[in-house]
Amino acid sequence: MKMFVCIKYVPDTSEAEVKVNPDGVTVDSARFSFDINDADNYAVEESVLIKEAKEGDITVVSIGPKQSDVMIRMAMAKGCDQAVRIEDDRIATHDPLMVAKVLAGAIKGQEFDLVLTGCMASDDGHMSTGVALAEELGVSHASMVKKVELLDGKVRAHRELEGGLLEVVELELPAVLTIQTGINEPRYAPIRGIRLAQKKELKVVNLDELGVDPAVVGLDASKVVLEQLYIPEVESSAEFIEGEAEEKAEKLASILVKGGLV
Amino acid sequence: MGNILVLAEHRQGALRDISYEMMAIAPGLAQDMGGEVTVLLIGSGMDELAKKMAAFGSKVLVVDDPLFEDFNADKYQKVLSALIDDLKPAVVMTGHTAQGVDFIPALAVEKNLPLVAEVVSLEYADGTLKATRQLYSGKVNATVAFKPADTYLVTIREGVVEPPDASADGAVEKVESPLKDDLPYRSFVEYIEAEVGDVDITQSDILVAVGRGLKEDKNLPLIEELAKAIKADIAGSRAATDAGWIPHDRQVGTSGKSVKPKLYIAMGISGAFQHVAGMKGAKTVVAINKDPEAPIFTVADYAIVDDMFKVVPKLTEKLKELKG
Repeated sequence: MKMFVCIKYVPDTSEAEVKVNPDGVTVDSARFSFDINDADNYAVEESVLIKEAKEGDITVVSIGPKQSDVMIRMAMAKGCDQAVRIEDDRIATHDPLMVAKVLAGAIKGQEFDLVLTGCMASDDGHMSTGVALAEELGVSHASMVKKVELLDGKVRAHRELEGGLLEVVELELPAVLTIQTGINEPRYAPIRGIRLAQKKELKVVNLDELGVDPAVVGLDASKVVLEQLYIPEVESSAEFIEGEAEEKAEKLASILVKGGLV
Repeated sequence: MGNILVLAEHRQGALRDISYEMMAIAPGLAQDMGGEVTVLLIGSGMDELAKKMAAFGSKVLVVDDPLFEDFNADKYQKVLSALIDDLKPAVVMTGHTAQGVDFIPALAVEKNLPLVAEVVSLEYADGTLKATRQLYSGKVNATVAFKPADTYLVTIREGVVEPPDASADGAVEKVESPLKDDLPYRSFVEYIEAEVGDVDITQSDILVAVGRGLKEDKNLPLIEELAKAIKADIAGSRAATDAGWIPHDRQVGTSGKSVKPKLYIAMGISGAFQHVAGMKGAKTVVAINKDPEAPIFTVADYAIVDDMFKVVPKLTEKLKELKG
């Protein structure tokens, strides 16, 4: 099984306030810690599980800054074999169709059976890159995959639909699968793996070295313009309970009991 | 002409809500763009569903063929691709759903057309189509402008508008399938229904729900204590079920259950759209979250901005005391 797994380095904003920079089109991410995108983490695990079951070779592909090398090494510590990191500020990263072209540039021309990636990025959340990548590569695909069954020359993918319903589809290999969170239990990188990962190849390339024409993946090539980011007004009619933590808890308890809610 | 082609979505014999919701968005936009709305239905045995969609007053095109017995992303892509060539719509609109996301990005690449995904609103002014969408789980909004193109592709987020009245009488027209044969590289196998667990949270009176803020499963007893004190069932966001803290059949949200308890206490849940869609039917919502900007507060009746680990133990203690 020759596999590629595409991963993204994203800020963790789950419990933090996000602020927009004065330029109006980027967010102030200096305060955030960055790590692998949640769904991509499951994609890495799935590729390693497949490798363990069927043998194989996994190449990590990521577009990102030098800092993301830590994330890439971690994926290699878990069992991925080598990596390509694309670093180039000429990529229109706001447009998943441009991102897909760049990722395709790192994969095209090489043999593969599967390309795995997360079904959604936690930052911009388009859910588009993986499916666009499949079309760029000219192979079949399934998105939002919660279970992978490999058959002879084919793959059965269980897609997660609304309401928890699963749609099982059969695809001819090679194929692109976009992986949904919860498909497996991502492992922690073993210490030995972390040591081994330092010796694995991590190639850093720009668009020219990748053989992708910057003119077809840049801001001019993208057919959409990110005009403005802004913080939506939190229109809340909620009663905000004030005080120290314990005070708030006591007040809430009284409200719930007096209001007959519990 | 600024015509809009709306792909109506259906599954297992029924139209999905997003099909109706798009009919609240498309007609106004078509008017601004100087065109008309055409609804497209792809399937097998579509007469009933076509009639339902025609009730919104727009023309309904039906590709009715046994080839489309089940949804197949690749077949849908082929049909849309051919119809874009024929009809030259200014906008192709689909749901941002498990169906829409499975083929629209590929269609965009194939036809070299611009795409903005998971759109919450659209505006057309001075010849430019602009879309609003959300980033960072709803913490940031983005305005995205399309550069001029023959056809714009958009996928619409579910549940952002109410469906309009449907009492009109639009025309239904059958069109021959542009696709003649099955595709060898992708086939539908079966549907598998969601697993059923020990507690049906859609029937619960009180739910205490946890999200990513729980941090690890050793913190679960804190929630269990609270649930026990007020005879509540425990539910979770996607993050909590993915992490294995809460069983999957207790996931609240678009990919899980839609619940409507009398009381819903959300703890350490930021309130991404996908979660809120599943719990906005709750009568009273209490939200506890560290981030004052957390979207969960937009649907809360009572809000506490604080660390759940500081609030919940005291809350449990006080509730026990008051309830005797």
